Amino acid sequence: MQKLQSNLLNMVLSLTIIALVAAAALGGMYLLTKEPIEKAKQEKQTAAINSVLPQIDGIRLAEPEVQEGYTIHRAYVGDSLAGAAVETSSNGFGGVIRLMVGFDTEGNIVNYEVLEHAETPGLGSHMGVWFKTDKNQQSIIGKNPAATKLIVSKDGGDVDAITAATISSRAFLSAVQSAYDAFMKPDTWSGASSLQPNAATEAESTDSEEVAANTNDPDSNTESYE
Amino acid sequence: MNKYAKTFLNGIIFENPTLALVLGMCPTLATTTSAINGMSMGLATAFVLLCSNVVISLLKNLIPDKVHIPAYIVIIASFVTMVQLAMQAYLPALYETLGLFIPLIVVNCIVLGRAEAFAAKNSVGLSAIDGLGMGLGFTLSLTVIGAIRELLGTGMIFNTRIYADNYGMLIFVLAPGAFIALAYIMALVQKIIKK
Amino acid sequence: MVYFLIFISAIFVNNIVLSQFLGICPFLGVSKKIDTALGMGAAVTFVLVLATICTYLLQKFVLEAFGIEFLQTIVFILVIAALVQMIEIILKKISPSLYQALGVFLPLITTNCCILGVAILVANDTMKLPAGAESGLLTGVVFAFATALGFTLALTLFAGLREQLSMNKVPAAMKGTPIALLTAGLLAMAFMGFSGVV
Repeated sequence: MQKLQSNLLNMVLSLTIIALVAAAALGGMYLLTKEPIEKAKQEKQTAAINSVLPQIDGIRLAEPEVQEGYTIHRAYVGDSLAGAAVETSSNGFGGVIRLMVGFDTEGNIVNYEVLEHAETPGLGSHMGVWFKTDKNQQSIIGKNPAATKLIVSKDGGDVDAITAATISSRAFLSAVQSAYDAFMKPDTWSGASSLQPNAATEAESTDSEEVAANTNDPDSNTESYE
Repeated sequence: MNKYAKTFLNGIIFENPTLALVLGMCPTLATTTSAINGMSMGLATAFVLLCSNVVISLLKNLIPDKVHIPAYIVIIASFVTMVQLAMQAYLPALYETLGLFIPLIVVNCIVLGRAEAFAAKNSVGLSAIDGLGMGLGFTLSLTVIGAIRELLGTGMIFNTRIYADNYGMLIFVLAPGAFIALAYIMALVQKIIKK
Repeated sequence: MVYFLIFISAIFVNNIVLSQFLGICPFLGVSKKIDTALGMGAAVTFVLVLATICTYLLQKFVLEAFGIEFLQTIVFILVIAALVQMIEIILKKISPSLYQALGVFLPLITTNCCILGVAILVANDTMKLPAGAESGLLTGVVFAFATALGFTLALTLFAGLREQLSMNKVPAAMKGTPIALLTAGLLAMAFMGFSGVV
């Protein structure tokens, strides 16, 4: 077959056809893979949540609660709370560290999963197993942050840092601590009254309730200031 | 040796894209932290190379000379995006590890280079063999580099432990190790070829 | 302050060539002389900043607005190729002297993976930023500029080393690419000393 000449019509035509076919093929591929991609993302999330929650039969998850800086996935058995998986993050040595930390009702750490990190391979990257290994004071599994200071032992805390990766360890522990704080926040679950409610956050929560009520009635806005 | 076998071996050994032609250095250095990663990157590239070679060879007479580069880029980019979508859907963990370097197959000199130098001039069958040979040659060198770095750095090959973790030289998994390991592998290849 | 940190991070800590492995081809290819290295660096800086702005706007206002993010790779590479062509034509017209300085490098830039790489990183908000920096157009542009400076720095340092190296005797097997890679490895090791600064 003769090669097409480089005149304007041929050039525009061939490029347009190639681009259209490419776009159509990709569109088809996108529709085909859209569902599996969503599913893969979901599965990863669910797998992480399930692996950090207490292993109890008949446990079910409530709708995740997204807050500034953290997400709480609470789990119930029947109507009573059985624990929660909390997603938090902090800044490590190489970038953001994202964790999923599971707690039981007492606030003991059940398990954790590292969702994302950019720490040095072979050093900070060991955090996925280090803090689960029962050796010296490495492990945080089963510990309660109320009793165990989640600070590296070098800084006067109760947990051994990863060898040669103190910064990563500090970041990891601060993420776990913030997960615990988020879990213990009184407005996050009922029955928290026994767990030393934090006055400041409680005030905040009532405030937001008031605002929510006020939006229904525009006039009440001015009244509340009087 | 017939020309098909010759073309095939050419890509794998004599004109190995990484070790002999020194093309596609970015993914070679970046994704060879382990044998598995290197191999996956190699296979993804090989797939794109095979498909783009076949399609470009089929269309070579329908693409006017003056616009051949943009046309080739569109074809290559489409296959890359397909690989990207498929990996996201079925191998999400691997996709996360290789990350940015999957879309960057588009600018891998090997792919456009083979399209220009081979597929645009040869029959479909021969272009397919060339794409396959080059792709597997790339995969082979990436796997070897990955295996060496993984062994020296962590004491494992394909996640199988050969010696204890503590004796691994971490530097080989980190950025400088990539350059150094590749330097010595290439020196070895040069030495063998010169003899 | 945050922008200053972005500069430190992109130039030294996460140097695009020596720790992110983007743009290795020009790094090995056009680094035999300091002059050409500087020229290449200037051309990359110019194109990278412009390409980042174009692709970021396209991503936010076209691709994301219409839900066709999967066309990202194809659109970005075409935009970059077209942009490079356009810059070449415009430079030729308005500033022949600048064109003479950068002209030879421009065609090489389309297939420089650091351009597409940075464009994708910025558009997807996945670039490595120091703590406290919010991703956005301005941050993206600063990041692109700093990255290009990092590229230029690595390229120039490397060219200086290779100029010296060319006067030394090198074992036959190590000649050419192997010794260059080894030098790059040592340079990368030096840059590793910056890790953890930001």
